[in-house]
Amino acid sequence: MSATAEPHVGRPLRRKEDPRLITGRARYVDDISLPGTLWAAFVRSPEAHASIVSIDTSAATARPGIHAVLTGEDMADLAGPLPMAWAPPGVEVNNPPHWPLARGSVKHVGDPVAVVLGEDRYAVVDAAEDVIVAYEPLPVAIDPEQAIAGAPYVHPELGTNQVHSWTLAGGDLEAGFAAADVTIQRRVINHRIAGAPIEPRGVLADYRAGALTLHTSTQVPHFVRLFVALLLGLSEEKVRVIAPEVGGGFGAKLQVYGEEIVACWASRALGRPVKWIETRSENMSVTHQGRDQIATVRMGATRDGQITAYHVKILADLGAYNMLLTPLIPSLGAFVMGGCYKIGAVTTEITGVFTNKCPTDAIRGAGRPEATHMIEVMMDQMARELGIDRLDLRRRNFIPKEDFPAAVATGVIYDSGDYVASLDKLLEHVDVDAFRAEQAQLREQGIYRGIGFSTYTEICGLAPSRITGPAGVGVGAGLWESAMVRVHNTGAVTVYTGTSPHGQGLETAFAQIVADRLGVDPSVVEVIHGDTGTGPEGRGTYGSRSLANGGEAVAKATDKVVAKAAKIVAAELEAAPEDIEVSGGKFSVKGSPEKGMTLAEVAGIAYIGAVPEGMEPGLEETTFNDPENFVFPFGAHACIVDVDTATGKVNVVRYVAVDDCGNPVNPLLIAGQVHGGIAYGIGQALYEHVVYDDDGQLVTGSFVNYALPTAAELPNFELDHTITPSPSNSMGVKGVGEAGTIAATPAVTNAVIDALAPLGVDYINMPLTPMRVWRTIQEAQAR
Amino acid sequence: MITAEFDYQRVSSVADAVAALQAGGEDAKLLAGGHSLVPLMKLRLAAPSRLIDISGVPGLAGIERDGAQWRIGALTPHARLAASDVGLLNRVAATIADPQVRNRGTIGGSLAHGDPASDLPAAVLALDGSVVAHGPDGERTIAASAFFSDYMETALAPDEMLCEVRVPAMDGYGFGYEKFHRRAEDWAVVAVAAAVKVLDGACVDVRVALTNMASTPLRAGAVEAALRGQPATAEAVAAAAQRAAEGTDPPADLDADADYKCHLARVLCERALVAALAPA
Amino acid sequence: MSGSVTVHLTVNGVEHELEVEPRRLLVHALRDDLGLTGTHVGCDTSNCGACTVHLNGDAVKSCTILAVQAEGSAVTTIEGLGGEGNLHPLQEAFWNDHGLQCGYCTPGMIMASAALLAENAHPSEAEVRHALDGNLCRCTGYHNIVKAVLSAAEAGAGAPVAS
Ligand SMILES: Cc1cc2nc3c(=O)[nH]c(=O)nc-3n(C[C@H](O)[C@H](O)[C@H](O)COP(=O)(O)OP(=O)(O)OC[C@H]3O[C@@H](n4cnc5c(N)ncnc54)[C@H](O)[C@@H]3O)c2cc1C
Ligand code: FES
Ligand code: FES
Repeated sequence: MSATAEPHVGRPLRRKEDPRLITGRARYVDDISLPGTLWAAFVRSPEAHASIVSIDTSAATARPGIHAVLTGEDMADLAGPLPMAWAPPGVEVNNPPHWPLARGSVKHVGDPVAVVLGEDRYAVVDAAEDVIVAYEPLPVAIDPEQAIAGAPYVHPELGTNQVHSWTLAGGDLEAGFAAADVTIQRRVINHRIAGAPIEPRGVLADYRAGALTLHTSTQVPHFVRLFVALLLGLSEEKVRVIAPEVGGGFGAKLQVYGEEIVACWASRALGRPVKWIETRSENMSVTHQGRDQIATVRMGATRDGQITAYHVKILADLGAYNMLLTPLIPSLGAFVMGGCYKIGAVTTEITGVFTNKCPTDAIRGAGRPEATHMIEVMMDQMARELGIDRLDLRRRNFIPKEDFPAAVATGVIYDSGDYVASLDKLLEHVDVDAFRAEQAQLREQGIYRGIGFSTYTEICGLAPSRITGPAGVGVGAGLWESAMVRVHNTGAVTVYTGTSPHGQGLETAFAQIVADRLGVDPSVVEVIHGDTGTGPEGRGTYGSRSLANGGEAVAKATDKVVAKAAKIVAAELEAAPEDIEVSGGKFSVKGSPEKGMTLAEVAGIAYIGAVPEGMEPGLEETTFNDPENFVFPFGAHACIVDVDTATGKVNVVRYVAVDDCGNPVNPLLIAGQVHGGIAYGIGQALYEHVVYDDDGQLVTGSFVNYALPTAAELPNFELDHTITPSPSNSMGVKGVGEAGTIAATPAVTNAVIDALAPLGVDYINMPLTPMRVWRTIQEAQAR
Repeated sequence: MITAEFDYQRVSSVADAVAALQAGGEDAKLLAGGHSLVPLMKLRLAAPSRLIDISGVPGLAGIERDGAQWRIGALTPHARLAASDVGLLNRVAATIADPQVRNRGTIGGSLAHGDPASDLPAAVLALDGSVVAHGPDGERTIAASAFFSDYMETALAPDEMLCEVRVPAMDGYGFGYEKFHRRAEDWAVVAVAAAVKVLDGACVDVRVALTNMASTPLRAGAVEAALRGQPATAEAVAAAAQRAAEGTDPPADLDADADYKCHLARVLCERALVAALAPA
Repeated sequence: MSGSVTVHLTVNGVEHELEVEPRRLLVHALRDDLGLTGTHVGCDTSNCGACTVHLNGDAVKSCTILAVQAEGSAVTTIEGLGGEGNLHPLQEAFWNDHGLQCGYCTPGMIMASAALLAENAHPSEAEVRHALDGNLCRCTGYHNIVKAVLSAAEAGAGAPVAS
């Protein structure tokens, strides 16, 4: 075992998880096979809204190798419908039942009607084609603004399409607008996007001898276990859920999906393992989507650029059903609606509406990209209205560094921040004056170049249970996180985390955290995750929580191990436990580093049982960390675009990001998260859009027309950072998984508006597709 | 994701392919690179009962200069064409999809598929190329102008195989291909192919064809007529390009309505002509 | 209809004889029949490139090729490129430069990159980006993938430059 004096935390260690991934030896769900497995294929609705008149499964059942064709009726013994885990105190949420297989009617294209189970991966697809479903089409509700106004109803029994309405208000809005010299209003659209991890979902359920093992591509194995147990009437300890290698999630796998329940149910019923691997076409139509908000945004300011009031009314198109957290998602944005600005009065009113579309739920950023988009495009709009420089207006309203921890109008307390510093840092990389000169020159050559900024903060590290839980915002679960640290006989370490990473590199980051504290090398620290059969109860990965919450749990559990080890060492070295420190790879007495014990030596004593009197043998500790506060990463991004005004095509020329996620654990991983986040945001701003036609047919049903950007569409990203530790956890860390996504869309949009300003364009909504940009130019020119 | 079932037959000569087509009936299909057919079959938008794999037929993958024309074997993959000296077609082939697709897709399949959004059909049309087809009655040559009959329909009889594509060598011409798509790997929203010959400062010959502006690739006759004989100037090109959408009937889709496509055709036409006029 | 067809493939240097339905996709023959699960499937429209392998040296999308079409061919998958202990320079570079996160696109990215470097040992950044336009990654934003390919090229991963 080697151990260096230099801490591992903060170093760009290359990842422990990579050797299996780069050699093709990783195991995703579809890579796992069990003897006797039956394949499942779903029969899905081609209709957006219809009653099911009849289902004829006879031809499918008669095919060779087909074991069963199940419908909703066959699964009548389920204890309940799919879960929705948000019960906000004092708010009524319409929550019609959502069954894993449709019962009586279908509500969106792709709604599952039946499932075919058979021996062969290909033959079940043939059989599914043979299931004959007679539908009686019903009128569809597609446009959210029409849907909220009245019939037709997605769930006729409700007599309304409204899901809920929820308001978060702080400060005196009326007074704020009264104090304003200028009030502007915009209709701001955050369009519907897909999570689109490159690995689609997949499940492999194996019910044997009263116990169920489910392999599923999920971010939340423990939630899935809980609901599988509840819905199937199984005792929880009989259910083991394993998230093996997961090929990306982005929120789309933060869910309890019907296919998971169906596979488990079928495995129990048929006594065989059951496997289902989602196709991309299925993924585009039934894996939950995100965003889809139409907002009326009003901002008031004084002539000298003080924002006095901010009012956002959101109509959120939630699709056909509530899934795990569907109606909550827009609310997550409400907490940071005022962005990084000191605004006395901020009100967010959210109305959720059902439509005959795929449900929405958390997708990377979940509510916060929408909020950030709104405030950041509005800051530009206001600057223009006031004739104040865009960055000056931001500076005039930034929450000053001295205010932190800063209570804002929305009722949360921003943990730490230094917005001036990140903007200043950005401007070290982006010379705005030089850019303006270049821009003017290029315009003379007919090239329309623009620059856009986004100074953002967000709320993450979900979450203090007292705020988000049943007594707070109303999420039906504590969102603490667990960790267990086990030192083995030889001083090697296994860490069990309740988070469930799927690409973020937590095996490496957590190993770094543990290694420093125990004086070992990260190579002997193994991090186990995503398996409810090992380690303590956990809560999974979402809301940029894994490090700030899960990592903190790891740190605390490790500290408990250290405390016990110190007692053992103190007894051996005849010193006081508080005088024992870890340095140079050894537990030694402060001031006399030559005398000391390695972790292996300590573990030897702990496991032989020669521990001090009154102490239990063993060296292993568990922590449940429930943070006191969220964390609030922030930063400043700049985007430079060229717009081909003849075609409307936008090309990102340069993207510079300064992010502050507190103390860095592994700079390599942080950069990776920021890169991916920015690409996600640029994707949304310029390329991606889930489109349904007026009949509720999904137009963007595959990667042919759901346009994820490729390497050829994106530039290199230039990154820098500031470091403002968070007081919310002992490591001073903040989340970074969503920051890039949250910051990017307004930077891109503001850049396009800046480029087109000389043509009279003053505003444009995403997605900034060539046709929309071109048309906006035409309209501006015609004015 | 999974195709319907079919019978599979590998053939090693053109005659066997034609015989297999005849024996296979209406539902039999030739399989070349499979990069148009297999994707359709996987989505079950096509379900031929029999596939006749011609990819192993020898002698059909190659490019040869034969006097004043190029002879391109039907099985020549896009990647080979892109790396070749065949004027216009090389730069067009390089814009097709991505490297993996270009390694598999063939010029024969691309033309036989008859998709107006494909890139090579308009290019072959622009050059007044032709295809050589073999059927039960032997060989015939079909001019490109008579080949594309409707959306995904061509003049090939069900029992005919396309064996070769011929295009004039176009020595002394300049070429341009302007493909507008949202991402580098995408199909064309609209594309314009141009070949222009300039003599003494005048455009003595002008060929322009359009991708995805109707149910078949189209020649932009109005543009050609407007520019032919005119000086090779930016003004003349701009004026001629204004006529690029004449006689077109573009289908609206997700990325573009008809209006916008017509506008794109004019913009791209001008750019393609400018490229064709640029010194090589 | 259909029945099964015998297919001969040399995969990562090992000869195989497979009985497959004509409709069996090469990717499933590799994954399900030969157990080479490093090659992934990310879409059903030939767009994502997660399934990229080399067929007689060319990068191809194995989800868009029938196993029968590969009769008599040599296939190289990620497992054949290099393994632990003898990593290919591209694998090493992806690791060093953090060119992957969830890893799902990675085998396809590496195989597409290997084909590029075999043809063009010293590509520019723009050439790398264009050569990878048939491969989608949702995690990395491509920045570090491009960086990894360039550093592998630098380290001599491509074919030797003809002098
Ligand atoms: C992801 C993706 C993106 C693509 N993007 C583009 C693009 O941007 N531009 C573009 O032009 N194309 C594009 N293509 C299509 C690609 O170029 C195809 O390879 C090509 O269109 C068909 O060639 P093929 O050899 O693969 O034909 P196949 O798929 O084998 O056959 C296509 C059709 O032609 C018939 N056929 C094939 N060969 C012959 C022959 N010799 N005689 C008679 N009939 C024959 C077949 O029976 C079938 O009906 C794309 C394909 C994919 C998968
Ligand atoms: S799986 Fe082959 S391209 Fe997506
Ligand atoms: S690393 Fe996850 S898709 Fe590329």
